[in-house]
Amino acid sequence: MSETKRIATREGYGRALLELAEEYPNLVVMDADLAGATRTGVFAKAYPDRFFNAGIAEGNMMTVAAGLAASGMLPFVSSFAMFATGRAYEQIRNSIGYTELNVKICASHGGISVGEDGASHQCLEDVALMRQIPGMVVMVPADEVEAAACVRAAVKYNGPVYIRFGRAAVPVINKPDYTCEIGKATVVREGKDVTIAANGLCFTAAMEAADMLAADGIDAEVINFCTVKPLDEETLLASAKKTGKVVTAEEHSIIGGLGSAVAECLSEKLPTPLYRIGVRDVFGESGPFQELLHKYELDAEGVYKQVKAFVEK
Amino acid sequence: MENRQLKIIANEVRKDIIDGTHAAKCGHPGGSLSSADILTYLYFEEMHVDPKNPVDPDRDRFVLSKGHAAPALYGAMAERGFFPKEELLTLRKVGTRLQGHPSMRHLPGVDMSTGSLGQGVSAACGMALAGKLLKKNYRAYSILGDGELEEGQVWEAAMFASAKKLDNLILVIDYNNLQIDGTLAEVNSPEPIDAKFEAFGFEVFCIDGHDFDQIRDAFAKAKEANGRPKAIIAKTVKGKGVSFMENVCGWHGKATNDAEYEVAKADLERLGATL
Repeated sequence: MSETKRIATREGYGRALLELAEEYPNLVVMDADLAGATRTGVFAKAYPDRFFNAGIAEGNMMTVAAGLAASGMLPFVSSFAMFATGRAYEQIRNSIGYTELNVKICASHGGISVGEDGASHQCLEDVALMRQIPGMVVMVPADEVEAAACVRAAVKYNGPVYIRFGRAAVPVINKPDYTCEIGKATVVREGKDVTIAANGLCFTAAMEAADMLAADGIDAEVINFCTVKPLDEETLLASAKKTGKVVTAEEHSIIGGLGSAVAECLSEKLPTPLYRIGVRDVFGESGPFQELLHKYELDAEGVYKQVKAFVEK
Repeated sequence: MENRQLKIIANEVRKDIIDGTHAAKCGHPGGSLSSADILTYLYFEEMHVDPKNPVDPDRDRFVLSKGHAAPALYGAMAERGFFPKEELLTLRKVGTRLQGHPSMRHLPGVDMSTGSLGQGVSAACGMALAGKLLKKNYRAYSILGDGELEEGQVWEAAMFASAKKLDNLILVIDYNNLQIDGTLAEVNSPEPIDAKFEAFGFEVFCIDGHDFDQIRDAFAKAKEANGRPKAIIAKTVKGKGVSFMENVCGWHGKATNDAEYEVAKADLERLGATL
């Protein structure tokens, strides 16, 4: 694994915007003074006439994007996950969700891996906020390749989509020709003892954890839930039926994210013992991101330990 | 269209407002009545809209940023022929296209769903910007409440409109001086409204919002392609046309009972007879 390239998922966002610009002449991009960080800056540089900086005013930006979409444009709107989904939640809910407008909300700096900036900038509730808006698609890609694939899938879909990207460089695990489909989870590693449903950087951690569990004789099935909503219930239920134990793993609060989505589905349709790996109802803190992932047990070792404890309970 | 004809239609819109809110037993007559003349002018004189083709990409856009004045919008739209007048009595009822606040997914001809104050003006900015990008000649119009100016988002949008030189954006402030909890001054005054918009780079026109000569003149001047967004500050009377509602704060969000309904309708019938 040490040879694996490491690139932040936000890089895949910027790259995909550039790749799609010619094919979609109505594609425009907005940012709230974070174009360098969210990587919309690469689009701004190449297509300055199609990039609009709203300044530090996220609420207005979201609703302007709604107006653009209502008039035939295809707006991508970016900021940090905290400010996009937190500050501008109600604008997204009323002007983009309720209207079913074709706005793509692409937020960077999701999760605790924001690192040193600390809790004010580490959004651990964006998936929860976006998931409860009727009709909103919610995606959390695991690597740079999947990030670009999510953007391509979002462009082909007519309606509001939220995609969460990260700041930290994470291993690139998918091949360049990888594609993803909205609403489709992928069983990436088959197993019979426990299902690990994961996304974002926790998906990669779960894959590594599965190797460690195998060494202990635990055969884990790992599913990539890149799309949290709509949840691929069929894939989840089939796996839960086979393994009889489910663990979710995400760089998000255990409240409201993938863990909750899985819990809601299983408890209604196939009650199955479940353990949610995530940030356990606390705010984050400053620190180098690897150290934070380790402290909050979201790295491979953390996932391994928690899955093992759950399976052996 | 002559002023007399506009006044007759506006009076019909006012009756529509009273009828709809009375049938619904709720709604917002006060701020609907104050904006009835401006909406009538927009739908009958100012905007290029076609009731038979409400999605024409070249149409002017309208966003009722003060979405609670939906009864006035629905009245103007029905009078203009967007939908049958009988439907006005379905206001706020289960299954209606006339939602309590305008919804673009329910009623064709509504360009943006509104109701949460401060957002409509931003949406209108987006529409104006799209018009520029698509090289279309349409304008984006939006009516805001004066109390709505207390929302920070209005000023985010104003900054944006000015910075992006959206001279195809025309805002109208329904300046009736009353909001739910009292007068603007009693609640949290956004005054001076004209100076604020000027400071944000707008070209500002201050008019009597019930005088069709002044309304006509302001919209004519507001069409200038001079790189600046426009704000028409229209002094109005909340509850205009209904004797017991005029300038009474309590009629912001309350419908008439049966007795009040009869008085209100008689007021408007009497007014209509003088036109």
